Amino acid sequence: MHFEYKVQGGDFARAGLASSQVKKVLKQLNVDAKVIKRVVVAMYEAEVNIVAHAYQGTINVDIDTERIVLNLKDHGPGIPDIPLAMQRGYSTASPVVREMGFGAGMGLPNIQSNADEFKITSEVGKGTNLEIVVYLNVPQE
Amino acid sequence: MTVADIVTALNLEVLSGAKGLQREVTGGYTSDLLSDVMGFADAGAVWVTLQTHKNVMAVASLKELGAIVLVKGFKPEPDTVEQSNEEEIPVLGTDLSAFEITGKLYNLLNQ
Repeated sequence: MHFEYKVQGGDFARAGLASSQVKKVLKQLNVDAKVIKRVVVAMYEAEVNIVAHAYQGTINVDIDTERIVLNLKDHGPGIPDIPLAMQRGYSTASPVVREMGFGAGMGLPNIQSNADEFKITSEVGKGTNLEIVVYLNVPQE
Repeated sequence: MTVADIVTALNLEVLSGAKGLQREVTGGYTSDLLSDVMGFADAGAVWVTLQTHKNVMAVASLKELGAIVLVKGFKPEPDTVEQSNEEEIPVLGTDLSAFEITGKLYNLLNQ
């Protein structure tokens, strides 16, 4: 199953719409509630990152019987120092974005902690690419 | 405990989403940072905040929160009201500060 969503930089009114649609699909597919929660948190954060930082982006969602793969590709300023950007509390968000309660430097760490696999690549002046994988079958703890 | 019970007990104003007053409340979370709520609030929580814009509803809906409480007399923006009514997640209001209403809510939920 494949879905594609376009995300516009700066369009906070629609931020979260793609995540909401994916959540509905996962519920219809009877995916485990804990798995849905993790996908939703990771995807929302990544979606908001495109809105807050990039000019535009595309989210590709692939769902099969074993996993959910989210691929988020944006055209934007890119991230010069990924390890720094991954640190909790570090943010380059604008004051306006921060006033809205975004830009607390929690997005990327939230994504990582909710993903089973997480890859981030970026090119300064071009954009950023995220691959987030969440397994459908929760390993027994 | 339902949202309606909390409205009565804490004398809150129902600002929108009245159709969701029978939602079950299982806890609370106080924060003005959306990623904090996204990452750490549990479903069924009442979210205490001063943020009034529409993205608050996106977070509340994705996390399946019980209700939102706006502090210090803050009012929701029109598109927040609209989404609150659509999603049937109530936005409530109080003149108290986040500190005060959180304390009252905590005591109420832990009675």
